[in-house]
Amino acid sequence: MATVTLTPTKVPDLRLEADNIKPDVFAGKKAAEIADLHVFIGNTQYTLGEFFKVAGEGGTSAAETTIVIDGDVSRVKYIGMKMTEGSILVKGNADMYVGAWMEGGTITVNGDADAFAGMGMTGGEINVAGNAGNYLGAAYRGDWRGMQGGVIRVGGNAGSDIGTFMRGGEIIVNGNVDVHVGTHQEGGTIIVKGDAKSKVGGQMVEGEIYVFGDIEVMMPGFQHVEDADLEVDGVSGRFACYKGDMGERHPRRKGETVYGKLYLKY
Amino acid sequence: MAEYLIKNGFVYDPVLGIKGDKVDVAVKDGKMVETSALSKPAEIDASGMTIMAGAVDIHAHVAGPKVCAGRNFRPEDKLFRATPMAGIKRMEGGFSVPTTLRTGYDYARMGFGFVMEAAMPPLYARHVHEEIRDTPIIDEAALPVFGNNWFVLEYLKNHEIENTAAYIAWLMRMTRGFGVKNVNPGGTEAWGWGLNCPTVNDPVPYFDITPAQIIRGLIEANEYLGLPHCMHVHSNSLGEPGNFTVTLDTLKQAEGIKARNEFGREQVLHHTHLQFHSYGGESYASKSFESKSKEVIDYVNSQDNITIDLGVVTLDETTTMTADGPFEHHLTELNHLKWVNTDVELETAAGVVPYIYSPKTFIAGAQWAIGLELGLYAKDPMRTFITTDHPNAGPFIRYPRVYKWLMSKAAREDMLDNVLKYGNTVRDRCYIGEIDREITLFELAQMTRAGPAKALGLEAMFGSLKPGMEGDVAVYPYNPETSEDPEDIERAFSNAQYLIKGGEVVVKEGQVVSNGNKRTFWVDCKVNENPQVERDIAEKFKRYYSVNQANYEVYAHHYVPNPYVIEVDATQ
Repeated sequence: MATVTLTPTKVPDLRLEADNIKPDVFAGKKAAEIADLHVFIGNTQYTLGEFFKVAGEGGTSAAETTIVIDGDVSRVKYIGMKMTEGSILVKGNADMYVGAWMEGGTITVNGDADAFAGMGMTGGEINVAGNAGNYLGAAYRGDWRGMQGGVIRVGGNAGSDIGTFMRGGEIIVNGNVDVHVGTHQEGGTIIVKGDAKSKVGGQMVEGEIYVFGDIEVMMPGFQHVEDADLEVDGVSGRFACYKGDMGERHPRRKGETVYGKLYLKY
Repeated sequence: MAEYLIKNGFVYDPVLGIKGDKVDVAVKDGKMVETSALSKPAEIDASGMTIMAGAVDIHAHVAGPKVCAGRNFRPEDKLFRATPMAGIKRMEGGFSVPTTLRTGYDYARMGFGFVMEAAMPPLYARHVHEEIRDTPIIDEAALPVFGNNWFVLEYLKNHEIENTAAYIAWLMRMTRGFGVKNVNPGGTEAWGWGLNCPTVNDPVPYFDITPAQIIRGLIEANEYLGLPHCMHVHSNSLGEPGNFTVTLDTLKQAEGIKARNEFGREQVLHHTHLQFHSYGGESYASKSFESKSKEVIDYVNSQDNITIDLGVVTLDETTTMTADGPFEHHLTELNHLKWVNTDVELETAAGVVPYIYSPKTFIAGAQWAIGLELGLYAKDPMRTFITTDHPNAGPFIRYPRVYKWLMSKAAREDMLDNVLKYGNTVRDRCYIGEIDREITLFELAQMTRAGPAKALGLEAMFGSLKPGMEGDVAVYPYNPETSEDPEDIERAFSNAQYLIKGGEVVVKEGQVVSNGNKRTFWVDCKVNENPQVERDIAEKFKRYYSVNQANYEVYAHHYVPNPYVIEVDATQ
């Protein structure tokens, strides 16, 4: 396992777009080659070396490559975008689109991650120790394919519109979330261990949402089915189970109608 | 203007009867000329390459409000598909609904000189012309839709051909239109009542006229006027299993009608994207759905007054869009993806839905097969044109892939064996496996150049390298003597080495080097004064239209800055 360490040396005036920061690109490259990779600010092209000090070299493959960003990159977007293997550790905050469309590997952000983290991801793991922004694990604007696989864990709170058009995988938020959770959800699991505000499961077709705290305003399209004792992500408790969104179409499978499921912990 | 001499290439020209001979091709002052007419030409060496006239697309949805709606509601279609500006090129974006700029550049790279926008809603003709204006290089025209227009429905109910013709002439002048398009005749209007006209005998609510009357009436009105293009139909029940009988009933409406025009056109009916209309079976279940391409094309082969285009499914994620409003609703119920729908007062409607033709499904595989079968069973390549009904069955940039499938049995077998998940079921329920025919380059030139040019009444301008024609020449890096890999076909026809458009080099060494000098074609048809139609128009605007009659016309100076007007005199 080889490690490449990027130490931020300059804060860009605007946002840096650095989708080259991923093990798939760094694998097999020496420090100088990595420093020479392109990044964008708007439509102007720069090199990674103009903003980072690069130490170490890539492994023989993406799986054998670890990238450590030793500092705050809250103005660097697209870290780990479309990565398939290997790992990335961001020691500070990261800007938008961390792990967007990622297919495999691991990304850890010790600080906060801004909006669109894990957008449309199909596999792999994203761990955010701090807070996550809006559109966590959601779909790209206009697309109907949100998060489809993998796991996102957030230690703090998450913003609004998490899991929009989610179709698979798991999002676990330890803290609270803002409005719009699992809108148009068609699969996968969202677990909110704190409170949710409103619009939880709007136009949900199938999939599961668990809320351990309170939902400030419940959607009218959910029907109470039963109460059940469940163990969810290591926490046992009694949950009120709802089905919905009753205003939305629902597929039939094996003679049964499939609904979205919303679980609210007592 | 410049002179060009293109030497040493293999030339295919159906009009001149050249089948791959090495003939020098000369262009001067924007036109094809004899080589002896050149004085100091710039020479282009086309050694080992294929030369054809610029291609002509008879049916694509490339400009207008529904294309724009498709672009707007599919930002994901542009994701990761933007090409930054470079040289004279501006930024390009999109795939199934590309920007106007990418549309122009992609057609140029594929060696096209003329493209017909297949459905123009008259009320929104301005929008169509703005986008045509903003599409570089290629000459374009647009077909206004008539098949659900209140005037047409009322006149044809009583078989008033002269009045219908007068109205068509007026509307074509108002909208700067080229010909008569007829989408789901009567069915789109019925959609306003939440209904449809599944067969040619189902009466339109309120108007009490059948699709058969509309189809035959519009053919007759078209020939009454003697327009360059014939009536262009998208028949009822598109995409419905078992619809081939409706298609045959539609085609039969042309029986006994002869072409009457001064443009060399011999047919009276063009049936578009025939693939979508050649289905058997009762449902989309694989045990029921089957190809009826042979039954449909046998009829087309037996008649000489019909042309068709294929509408081949390319197995891509695409964006469907049509003036067939009820069909798009049907589609969104099927795939549950987003849907746009609009009603255009008194005239038509439209819908847009994204669609994925997945090679993992039997139906998409069968649709792919049916489109190709039609092209391979067709006996007359001069009446059979290659399209994908862009973007409905697939994006137009896949044309070269369709050429590959038509020209290589090996490429088709590879699809059936290795790409389609239900290849064997497709062999069972379609004809594709039984066909050995491989389209030749000469036939390809007929299906993509000479044929569509003739059907559009433009044979004096496009489709051949004959002296006097427009200076549109495409040079493809394809060597017919040495190329054996079918992939070479797709690669070469996707990116011409050279395109000379209107006498100007637009693609040079595979790169777009000029934004050309595009023109908008429209047909100005003179008819005798018709006070009844004039009064009817005035009244409809007063009573029903949301715009004033004086604000309806597409004024040329702004919307059609570089027109090419074809004049037709129908006063006799």
